[in-house]
Amino acid sequence: MTASLRPAASRVGRRPRFRPHLWVFLAPAVLIYTVFMVYPLLDSMRLSMFAPRDGVRVFVGLENFVHLLTDDLLSDRFWNAVWNNLIFFGVHFVVQNPIGLLLAALLSAPVLRGRATYRTLLFIPTTLSVVIVGFIWQLILSPAWGLVETPLLGQSSTALLTLSLMSVWQYIGIPMILFYAVLIGIPDELLEASRVDGANGWQIFWRVKFPLILPTIGIVSVITYVANMNAFDLIYTVKGALAGPDFATDIMGTLFYRTFFGFQLQRGSSTMGATVATMMFLLILAGVLFYFYGWQRRIERYQL
Amino acid sequence: MTAVDQRARITRRRPSSGPTLRRRASTLVPHVILVAYALVACGPIVLIVMNSFKSRRSIFEEPFAFPTADTFDISGFQTVFTRARFELYFLNSFIVTVTAVFLVLLLGSMAAFALAEYRFTGATLLALYMALGIMIPIRLGTVGILELLVSLRLVNSLTGLVLVYTAMGLPLAVFVLTTFFAQVPGDLKDAARIDGAGEYRVYRLALPLVRPGLAAIGVYTMLPIWNDLWFPLILTPSESVRTVTLGAQLFLGQFVTDWNAVLAVLTLAMLPMLALYIVFSRQFIRGLTSGAVK
Repeated sequence: MTASLRPAASRVGRRPRFRPHLWVFLAPAVLIYTVFMVYPLLDSMRLSMFAPRDGVRVFVGLENFVHLLTDDLLSDRFWNAVWNNLIFFGVHFVVQNPIGLLLAALLSAPVLRGRATYRTLLFIPTTLSVVIVGFIWQLILSPAWGLVETPLLGQSSTALLTLSLMSVWQYIGIPMILFYAVLIGIPDELLEASRVDGANGWQIFWRVKFPLILPTIGIVSVITYVANMNAFDLIYTVKGALAGPDFATDIMGTLFYRTFFGFQLQRGSSTMGATVATMMFLLILAGVLFYFYGWQRRIERYQL
Repeated sequence: MTAVDQRARITRRRPSSGPTLRRRASTLVPHVILVAYALVACGPIVLIVMNSFKSRRSIFEEPFAFPTADTFDISGFQTVFTRARFELYFLNSFIVTVTAVFLVLLLGSMAAFALAEYRFTGATLLALYMALGIMIPIRLGTVGILELLVSLRLVNSLTGLVLVYTAMGLPLAVFVLTTFFAQVPGDLKDAARIDGAGEYRVYRLALPLVRPGLAAIGVYTMLPIWNDLWFPLILTPSESVRTVTLGAQLFLGQFVTDWNAVLAVLTLAMLPMLALYIVFSRQFIRGLTSGAVK
């Protein structure tokens, strides 16, 4: 009886039939996503295999990639940017996980006065624009102001490290909040049971909570890796498109920007820009695959 | 109870003062660490805001002093408003952010509802197709986006920016909201259908039930759009469609040596988001954590 009352377009539609509402629900999102994200991405990859010859774009296969990786000047720039980008990520990985974890552990303590206030304050830098963060630190670190004597952002030996730490300062709120979410999600019974078994606070953290956080460390790291690999705003704001001194802070994002739009003597090129973007895609893909096969499969997950 | 008795009690308790001290330390140490890091996180911001209200001399002579009647000076803000059209930049940023977040929530929730609610050929494939965009940064398609917008005559228009940001926000929105819609009880929807509600009405009924998901996605989507420099720099460089982030960036580059003006711009560009965040921080953090647990 109830079955016959159900309208034709019910949840379990066995016969394929035209359902207009399905299109109304899905079409706008799929269309915008396809036209403004998927198509440009594919088009960029296509363009990376073209080059302008006498004003027309012709198919050149992998020539751009060969050029990028073998040309003396270009390949130097490219590997320099890759290497700097990996250092940029390495600093994030090494600094943000322990500090984020410590702050999250303190914030998730069962009794803590002022928890909401601390949470709000610690997350503030994450809400700022990278441009603002860049300038705030540029002013504070400027020898002209005299708070810091050494020009940390001006020396090639310290500039990249300083910029990485500025970025960590801004984004540490994200690992902190994600770890915090896991920690407050651990059921009390589990902690109570370990306490009854005689574990102290330290043991509970390392033997019970930490294994539950481990998958989140992986997720945080892969998110950070992807974000770092297409970072641009901070370096551009503080060091300009040339990412000085002497390309010491040049990362993939700034290299992409210079290649695409040109800078000073270098002429911009859409097709070489697309080539650099495709290489960035491959680097990101490599990182994500490493995460899925090298990390996620090896760690144990626990169902709570 | 006599005084002697009490004294005896106190002496008896003395040996246990060790653990009390330890307990005290264990409540104090977290606060010391948290306060110290809160200073690291907020100190630089306070320093900038504070100094933006000071005269040039006192900025350099006593950077850590609060502005007093003597050192109070808002010439920086005057320079900003006479030399750049920040009210316009704010309006542009506001229009772009609000429209894009609205579209992401509306279109994202519609698609997520369909994916969670109906079975159709290729549903899994479509969900996977949408989810691909979560891990691939849209910036990699910049060359293609610029060429597309040039051919659509959408360069230097807020519409172009909104469309790009909407495409950027949709993958995560669809993915997260699908899990939220899947948890809406089926009985509820079936009851509405028996009462004669059409599918659009069922969607409208389910929408309030996924409010935590919408809040989380709203937060995740809003911040990167408001704060983005890359797409405004490439897609909308002309003054009439300039956003705050790009406006601040260009202004800062031009007025590097005018410290008053630089500090004033930083304060101005920071305050709206900061105020919004502090007012809504509870919902904000809850949105982030509820999204994260998924």
